[in-house]
Amino acid sequence: MKARVHVMLKNGVLDPQGEAVRHALGSLGFDGVEGVRQGKVIELDLADGTSEATIGEMCEKLLANTVIESYRVEVL
Amino acid sequence: MRAAVIVFPGSNCDRDMAVALKAAGADVSMVWHKDASLPDGVDLVAVPGGFSFGDYLRCGAIAAQSPICKAVVAHAERGGYVLGVCNGFQVLTETGLLPGALMRNANLKFICKAVDLKVETSASAFTEGYNAGDMVGYPVAHHDGNYTVDEANLAALKGEDRIAFTYGDNPNGSVADIAGVLSKNRRVLGMMPHPERAVDAGHGGTDGQALFRGLIGEFAQA
Repeated sequence: MKARVHVMLKNGVLDPQGEAVRHALGSLGFDGVEGVRQGKVIELDLADGTSEATIGEMCEKLLANTVIESYRVEVL
Repeated sequence: MRAAVIVFPGSNCDRDMAVALKAAGADVSMVWHKDASLPDGVDLVAVPGGFSFGDYLRCGAIAAQSPICKAVVAHAERGGYVLGVCNGFQVLTETGLLPGALMRNANLKFICKAVDLKVETSASAFTEGYNAGDMVGYPVAHHDGNYTVDEANLAALKGEDRIAFTYGDNPNGSVADIAGVLSKNRRVLGMMPHPERAVDAGHGGTDGQALFRGLIGEFAQA
C-alpha cells in the first residue's frame, strides 16, 4: 500500500519561501496571486495493513515538526 | 570537567567546539552519532554546528532521532548540561529539550557575519561570566535561524528569564529578537550564534571565552 503525507506550515506561521514565490509570480506578470504557501509531499511505500494510526505516529515523531507544521495523510 | 562533543555526518563545527572547550580547561571526547551512550562521567554535552544529515527533511530532524540523541536527552533529564550551537540548537528543539523551532531566515538568505548580541541573563552556568545587558560579538552562519515559538512558551521564556541572548540588530526574523534560550532547569542552552568561533584573537574577537570559562568554572567550584 502507499500513503501520501502532505506537510504544510501551520496557518499563522509566516512562510517566507511562499512569499518569495508570490513576488516572483507577480514579477512574471501574473496578477492577483494573493497568497502562496509552500509545503512538502512525502510518499510512503508501506507494508499492506499499516494502520492510519501508525502513519500518524510517523508524522508526529519525524515527518512533521508539529511546533510549526501541520500534516494530512492520504492513503492511496 | 568532562565534555563530550557529538559528531554527526555533516557536522562542521565539532573540532572548533572541542578546541574552545579544551582551551577553557575541559577534558573533551568526541562521540559518534551511532554510539548509544555517552562516555562515563560526562558533565557537559556539546551539540555542534554544521549540516547534520545534509539538513534533509528539516534541519536537525534526522540527527534528533540518532542513537546518541536518546543518551543526550537522558543526560539532560538527569540534570546534565547541554550546549547546542547553530545546527546543535536546531537538533535540541527537534528533540524537544528546548521549546520552539528554527525556520528559514526571513530574508531567505544564508547569513554569515559577526553580530552584536545582548546578554539577557547572567543567571546560568553559560552566561554567569557576563553581566545582564552586556553586548558581545559572536559570528552567525546559518540559513535557518529564524526562531519561532508559540505564545504560551514565549511568555514562559520571558517570565522565567530563560532568554539567554538577543540580537542587537535582528538578522533572521526571530521572534522577540531571540538568539539563544535556556531550558527550565537552566542547564540546556541552545543558540544560533557561535561562541566557539570567538575564543581566539585570530578569530577577530574573544567574547566567547567567558561562556566556556563560566561553564567550566561551574565544575571547578563543585
